[in-house]
Amino acid sequence: MSAFAGSELTCLRGGRLVFTGLTFRVAPGDALTLLGPNGSGKSSLLRIMAGLLKPFRGTLAWEDAALSEDPDVHRRRTHYVGHQDAVKPVLTAAENLAFWAALGGADDPAQRARAALERLGVPHIAGVPGRYLSAGQKRRLNLARILAAPARLWLLDEPTVALDRAAVRLLEEIIAEHRAGGGMVVLSTHTDIAMDGARTLHLDDFTPAGPDDGSDDGDEDDGDRDDTPHARETAS
Amino acid sequence: MNRFRTLVMRDLRLALRQGSDATIAVMFFVLCVVLFPFGVGPEPNILARIAAGVIWVAALLASLLSLERLFQNDYEDGSLELLSLTPLPLEAVVLAKVLAHWLVTGVPLIVAAPILALLLNMEAGGFGVLVLTLAVGTPILSLIGAIGAGLTLGARRGGVLLSLLILPLYIPVLIFGAGAIDAAITGMTPRPHLLLLGGILAAALPLAPFAGAAALRQALE
Repeated sequence: MSAFAGSELTCLRGGRLVFTGLTFRVAPGDALTLLGPNGSGKSSLLRIMAGLLKPFRGTLAWEDAALSEDPDVHRRRTHYVGHQDAVKPVLTAAENLAFWAALGGADDPAQRARAALERLGVPHIAGVPGRYLSAGQKRRLNLARILAAPARLWLLDEPTVALDRAAVRLLEEIIAEHRAGGGMVVLSTHTDIAMDGARTLHLDDFTPAGPDDGSDDGDEDDGDRDDTPHARETAS
Repeated sequence: MNRFRTLVMRDLRLALRQGSDATIAVMFFVLCVVLFPFGVGPEPNILARIAAGVIWVAALLASLLSLERLFQNDYEDGSLELLSLTPLPLEAVVLAKVLAHWLVTGVPLIVAAPILALLLNMEAGGFGVLVLTLAVGTPILSLIGAIGAGLTLGARRGGVLLSLLILPLYIPVLIFGAGAIDAAITGMTPRPHLLLLGGILAAALPLAPFAGAAALRQALE
């Protein structure tokens, strides 16, 4: 069983302990939703899963083989959608997409790009340069990237930002199809994304306790963390 | 290899559509050299004597001018992050971007150099060697510059920092580049200078992508 799992993960950012002792497991067809207030480490966890960040402590494993042994293979089977849309203003939407499809290893990048834009409901933007796209169109283009080249694991960091309702429905369908085909999805969100049988992970369960925690070196400039106690109550 | 080519082609296409980087570098190169006759006076013998050095120093500065943006745009719009997650190793990403940078900014310098040499009254014997040294030397400038561009990524006033970091490393290239031309003009063989330049290129070609990729990983953390 090719599950993606992490155990006892600890994330340290700028001398501040973001979360500690975090354990998760995603099996084929699974979806995992990351919840938690701003600053609770959702993006950091997704970046760790993608291999962009190294966990301070703990291990990630795919089928019980540690990821650190073979990062190249992990990159091949992972798609990451972050906060930035990586759209080049002077390239058309289709060119932007075909580039990522080719790098991802698609056979016929131009054809895949067209099909992905079609699936995201924006075939008409194919010839439009990136600089003329709206925020929502850029986001759809970025999401089309995960369809343009196949990958088992999708890591989506707040994918619904700037999307309209129709696009969110579309994203739900696409995720459901991906999961039906044995794919895995981990996403963070502040809005509701309907996913059947998705499990949730509350990141504030893993934030280290307040000022009495010895590991906190006082370098706390993040105001968002004030609402952690309240969020913990609702989570439990 | 296919992915490598895809990335090079994308960078070339971006450069051609934006158009600014390539033309700015070569325009700067030309203007920089043209300033010298105004500064030191139109004495043909003096100009002929300093031609090799002037052209090489101007080439260094022109190359430096465009290096700041080597990774900057990709870093700011999130492309670099995604590039580091593709199956293409980050070292290959650096090499591909350096190659595209050299094709866009280095090659026009090589083409413009003989015309400027004529302007500075350089002796005819030095023309061939001038083109040869620039052909071997400008890729070294792009390669070494990529390390600096990676290291200064995300820093404020990165361009100034980049110059301070990289210019000292350009000195050997300058010495052997200008030295080869001087040797050819004075009737000696430029071969040792050219061989040393080639040696620097042979060392920078495999090493710079590794150093550049390490710097990028640091910036992406």
